[in-house]
Amino acid sequence: MPLLEVNNLRTVFHTNDGEVYAVNDLSFSLEKGETLGVVGESGSGKSQLVLSIINLLASNGRMEGSIRFQGKELVGMKTRDINRIRGDRIGMIFQDPMTCLNPYLTIERQMTEVLMLHQGLNRADARRRSIDMLDAVHIPDAGNRIGRYPHEFSGGMRQRVMIAMALLCHPDLLIADEPSTALDVTVQAQIIQLMNELQQEFGMSIIMITHDLGVIAGISDNVMVMYGGRICEQAPVYELFENPRHPYTQGLLQSVPRLDTAGDAKLHSIPGNPPNLLQLPPGCAFVDRCQKGIPVCDQQQPPLLQISPEHRVACHLENLP
Amino acid sequence: MTTLLHVDDLKVHFRLPGEGLLRPKAKILRAVDGISFNLEAGETLGIVGESGCGKSTLARGILGLVSITAGNVWLAGTELGHLDMRSLRSYRKNMQIVFQDPLASLDPRMTVSEIIAEPLQVFEPHLGKEARRKKVQSIMERVGLLPNQINRYPHEFSGGQCQRIGIARALVLKPSLLVCDEPVSALDVSIQAQIINLLLDLQEEMNLSMLFIAHDLSVVKQISHRVMVMYLGKMVETASRDELYRNPSHPYTRALIDAIPIPDPVIERNKHFSPLQGDLPSPLSPPSGCSFRTRCPRATDVCATEAPVPREIIPEHWVSCHHPGY
Repeated sequence: MPLLEVNNLRTVFHTNDGEVYAVNDLSFSLEKGETLGVVGESGSGKSQLVLSIINLLASNGRMEGSIRFQGKELVGMKTRDINRIRGDRIGMIFQDPMTCLNPYLTIERQMTEVLMLHQGLNRADARRRSIDMLDAVHIPDAGNRIGRYPHEFSGGMRQRVMIAMALLCHPDLLIADEPSTALDVTVQAQIIQLMNELQQEFGMSIIMITHDLGVIAGISDNVMVMYGGRICEQAPVYELFENPRHPYTQGLLQSVPRLDTAGDAKLHSIPGNPPNLLQLPPGCAFVDRCQKGIPVCDQQQPPLLQISPEHRVACHLENLP
Repeated sequence: MTTLLHVDDLKVHFRLPGEGLLRPKAKILRAVDGISFNLEAGETLGIVGESGCGKSTLARGILGLVSITAGNVWLAGTELGHLDMRSLRSYRKNMQIVFQDPLASLDPRMTVSEIIAEPLQVFEPHLGKEARRKKVQSIMERVGLLPNQINRYPHEFSGGQCQRIGIARALVLKPSLLVCDEPVSALDVSIQAQIINLLLDLQEEMNLSMLFIAHDLSVVKQISHRVMVMYLGKMVETASRDELYRNPSHPYTRALIDAIPIPDPVIERNKHFSPLQGDLPSPLSPPSGCSFRTRCPRATDVCATEAPVPREIIPEHWVSCHHPGY
């Protein structure tokens, strides 16, 4: 049984301007110990996907479909029950470590709270476990630092604290939403290395959301590319970088400035702008920016085709003879 | 080539109020501490470093947006460094800036045409309404905005389009120097490539000199002719683009280049390097000697006692390090 199974997930927000379809008919599964990289532009629905999984949608959002985690259905689960899962079995790291830590409480208060709530530890044991975890994420002098407030840490250190906090209960699934985007490259490299190391140690599954294809290349087993709230391509990481099939994936890979090529040539760029989720076209969401479009793209949503056992693509071109 | 911008030993220091109650002792933050360089007409200098290394303050110091503590700035032969605000103003027309956050740098209550026309109203007040409108339209077209968007407000645009508006506003006066302060770091990859290509086209067309500030060395590689790497307010390495990326001689430059993930799983997973440990030290109390020594794998005793001075290791390639080399 996969650790996480998402089936026909649809997440919709009611706004004054109409319904916003953030996630549309999305299905995938995640095995134990697997790292799934999710790539997409802002507005592709990647963050709303993971917020749906841990049931943290804004109050005007609702979701349909099915999310099964360790065999339990999360859609429609009571808050009391889901509270036992998130923070305990599912850990989450957010993009901005400053806004996710409470500035009024010491790191100790914020960390021990997790253990006392989910695992019923007493304060002294919780403190000990927290210090061990801060050691594991390489925070020097953890025994002293744990009594400090978030503002006394640098950005990279705060992100380490966030990771330590997410891992306190040894979750089976760790969700990381752009954990290194707000950090400098040198610190980003530290954090990615740390996450790889911790995964080997604790064996959890990871869903890694990022728009940085370099980070994806280094950390994922499988990659899911999202566009306009749908999966446009999913494949194992080597397959995706070697044999990208969707025009959007191809464009994305070509538009990344790279260090290992001569910098003289102009960058390939994808023309146009990301689609408006309020007015998604009836056909393929990428059609306006696609240079390979054919007439059917305007009218029909391309189905997600299984082109090999592990490679899925949603593009009408795959259907051409 | 002619030198457009000459910066000589520029220092920008900030005085911070002391913490002691009885004997408040002001602390000095040396945000920019002795930076010198030349920028030729039509050339792009990339300025790279981690957040807090002083690269934005350097740009602001050059533009006169913060007052400089010491050193001087010459733009096209005119000394700008110690002009008062009023005299400086007439030179501002010649140097413009594009900011990092595309939406936050546009007034939400002004339409696109008002935003782009504002520099013209300030610097070319004699211009008639019709002439102004023509200029706005032509620059809008040039940066890839549609004529029917002229009366829209910034919130109706995506990030990439807002950055195009910011570029139009900066270029409508036809400046000779354009400072870009992290212009693409808030944008998605596919849009980032559009904006970089646009800047390259505009540079060629208008013979612009650019200071391109970024923390992403791969973006800088795409757009710069020369690159300067900064650490804690000081220049650590300057060289032509190809030379810098081929032979990074300062350990910090090396570490920055190594830290960039390469979008290819085969290469990325077989890359052997140890990322730089630790964080940027506090600029209020930089380490003695070489300020990079606390994180440097090559540090020795001399690094703690003596601050390295920039040396030209091969022509046009300057390094401030006691132990330079690949």
